[in-house]
Amino acid sequence: MNVTQLSVFMENKPGHLQSVLKILSDANINIVTLTIAETSDFGILRMIVNDSEKAKKVLHDARITCSSTEVLAVELDDKPGSLFKAIDAFAKNKLNIEYMYAFTEKRGDRAVMIFRFDDIEAAKKALAQEGYQIVKSIDIIG
Amino acid sequence: MYFNKEIETMPLKKMRELQLERLKWSIGHAYKNNAFYKKKFDDAGFHPDQFKSLDDMKRVPFLTKQDMRNNYPFGLFAMPMDKIVRVHSSSGTTGNATVVGLTKNDVGVFAEIVARCLVAYGATEKDVIQVAYGYGLFTGGLGLHYGSELLGSLTVPISGGNTERQLMLIKDFGTTILACTPSYLLNVADYIEKKRPDYDIRKTKLRAGVLGAEPWSENMRKEIESRLGIQAYDIYGLSEVMGPGVSGECQEKSGLHVHEDHFYVEVIDPETGDILPEGEKGEIVYTTLTKEAFPGIRYRSRDITRLYRESCKCGRTLVKMEKVTGRSDDMLIIRGVNVFPSQIENVLMEVEGTEPHYQIILDRKAALDDVEVMVEVNEKLFSDEVKVLDDLKKRISDRFRSVLGISAKISLVEPMTIARSEGKAVRVVDRRKI
Repeated sequence: MNVTQLSVFMENKPGHLQSVLKILSDANINIVTLTIAETSDFGILRMIVNDSEKAKKVLHDARITCSSTEVLAVELDDKPGSLFKAIDAFAKNKLNIEYMYAFTEKRGDRAVMIFRFDDIEAAKKALAQEGYQIVKSIDIIG
Repeated sequence: MYFNKEIETMPLKKMRELQLERLKWSIGHAYKNNAFYKKKFDDAGFHPDQFKSLDDMKRVPFLTKQDMRNNYPFGLFAMPMDKIVRVHSSSGTTGNATVVGLTKNDVGVFAEIVARCLVAYGATEKDVIQVAYGYGLFTGGLGLHYGSELLGSLTVPISGGNTERQLMLIKDFGTTILACTPSYLLNVADYIEKKRPDYDIRKTKLRAGVLGAEPWSENMRKEIESRLGIQAYDIYGLSEVMGPGVSGECQEKSGLHVHEDHFYVEVIDPETGDILPEGEKGEIVYTTLTKEAFPGIRYRSRDITRLYRESCKCGRTLVKMEKVTGRSDDMLIIRGVNVFPSQIENVLMEVEGTEPHYQIILDRKAALDDVEVMVEVNEKLFSDEVKVLDDLKKRISDRFRSVLGISAKISLVEPMTIARSEGKAVRVVDRRKI
């Protein structure tokens, strides 16, 4: 399924992540998962939250640079080899993954992978061709 | 020793006569042969025929850097293009670059004024002069080169940078004089200390530095002289007027003698434009007296200095100007390159089609100017992909190098990071101590 990811620009300095998290906390936003891509002088905080519209608005109002991006969420069995199979489907179709990260669902034996592609529809097609079920919704994301 | 004794020791009265005669020619030449000057003079209600004495100077309208930009590229030339043999240009894009031209005679004058400076520093045809100014559109490299050759010195056209090679040639060629920017020379001293402790510059034949293209202080002179064991001399110039050699120190190091047989100098109040009495500090204004290709009539240099006449121990009667240490505008001199904040804005505009909030931080690290450009990342510039932001940094820094000729570190910062006073961002923070 397509999921809206929020990306936030942050300088690579103490206290910057804290101030972003405080804004989200004050707005009662729950973070489902997050990852940070870092360089020597800046970082990009990427996260999936329970209410991306609201999160974007509160960040924007606080003059924080953020954007939203459609990413692909894929449910996998939480067992050896399942990530390999998914990636294999992309490789066979020569699809480049810009970046990816993962989280496990609270209940059950499923993991969720988040993939960022330039062409999200092509990635979905590749998965379908390899017999993957593209789930319509993931409980925790909504 | 003089290169041109008659001129360099000419009594003031005679010099004034020569200047008046040449001013009449130069002002008339600009009026007759250049449409822009004609219109400017006409609009100001001034006709060259009214120019009878040096007192009439105040009636002649000023030429500004903006006039030069507006006439890019060749609009201020007063000779047919087939008589122009060389052009020099400042850095910048169309709209803010300036271009100057030289005829064969102008090239000869340029070489002579540099040769005069070299002789004033004690150089002869026995010297080996290593020219470590940049060669190219910048006037420094070619200016020193032609002057050194005219003097008859062995001229080493190494151009700027590559310190290891500079050191090698100083040793192998027996270089006696190095011409470069003062900050580069300090950088050479640092380089030797850190990387080449085995290289004893005092055992080479290097004895003097011909230093210019950027402001420098007496403290820098002391540092250069004590660390390298050489004499450090100032050479001053500006491409709009000619290039290095408009004025230069003598071995007294007590001011720069202006070659006033080719350049008439006045000091004005930058606010009112009124001519100030000799000795007072203000903006120096140049009028070329012999230049054919591109006459500069009352060019407002924006350099702050003062002029004074005193009997100099060197015997030169030429007026002296104090070392230039200030500007009456916002121009920055970064590693010898003249840069206006507006040009930096243009570069950022071109890269992103928007004018982001930015701040330039100038610092001096390891003796060289260090340029950091902080750019606030707004939502238009932002991307969730690192490679896009890295690419943005690279594009900005490439444009800085190709358009402005300076290498800058680009830092992406969060919105509202750059201090704003009354809503206006502070564009330039100059932490350099010279």
